[in-house]
Amino acid sequence: MGYKSILSSASSEVFRTLADPTRRALLERLIREGELTVQTLTLESGVSQPAVSKHLGVLKKAKLVVERRNGRQTHYRAQSEGLAPLLEWLEFYRSFWTERLDVLERVLEDMNP
Amino acid sequence: MTPTTPATRSLVLEREFPHSPEKVWRALTEGPLLEQWLMSNDFLPQVGHRFTFRSNPNPNWNGVSDCEVLEVVPPLRLSYRVEASGEEATTGMRTVVTWALSPTEKGVRLRLEQSGFLDKDEANYVGAGFGWPRFLGKLERLLGDLR
Repeated sequence: MGYKSILSSASSEVFRTLADPTRRALLERLIREGELTVQTLTLESGVSQPAVSKHLGVLKKAKLVVERRNGRQTHYRAQSEGLAPLLEWLEFYRSFWTERLDVLERVLEDMNP
Repeated sequence: MTPTTPATRSLVLEREFPHSPEKVWRALTEGPLLEQWLMSNDFLPQVGHRFTFRSNPNPNWNGVSDCEVLEVVPPLRLSYRVEASGEEATTGMRTVVTWALSPTEKGVRLRLEQSGFLDKDEANYVGAGFGWPRFLGKLERLLGDLR
């Protein structure tokens, strides 16, 4: 399993960033609902507004979200380009395992019952 | 267990084989057979057993994965932790591979789930890992909706 080839520093950052369930939940909400303010995101998040802001900062650093200031409000939305490493990871392992299962099929044919 | 559709890319793969669950179980758990389709190994079907998978090294990777058996329920369920070895291990990435077998009329359906890739400081990595395929599956559906 060729970890390093697929785990460039960009993708490790994305994985590290999303290892946190609160950050995953925030990103999921932004993907689902579009642009939201920090206040709106704080509702339902189960954590304080400063904590939400901090998590959003980490997501922003990993290029998973972008912010837009409008007066005193800060709006966030998901940035789908930032998710490319995850999708690459899925694709890599999907083809790795598909190939292996093809070989398993042949091994089973050759085995005694 | 959630059913998977071919349209949803995720790290769950399912395949049906016209063989008995016991035979497929042997191919998953007997080292020499496992080597024929996956990688050379010193696997033993014992919970807590530590082993390695070895493949050809390349300039980016020493080819060795450090593994540990987490669950053995013959001939239905097998899971192990897989972690890049050596220098690569410092990235802190871990993954859990789970095999589930269910008998069908024609033989057996084999389900593979790969989850994980969590930071080393994530204490309960197995539990947390189970959130991953759900997250990734959901993510892709959501992204599909956006396009």
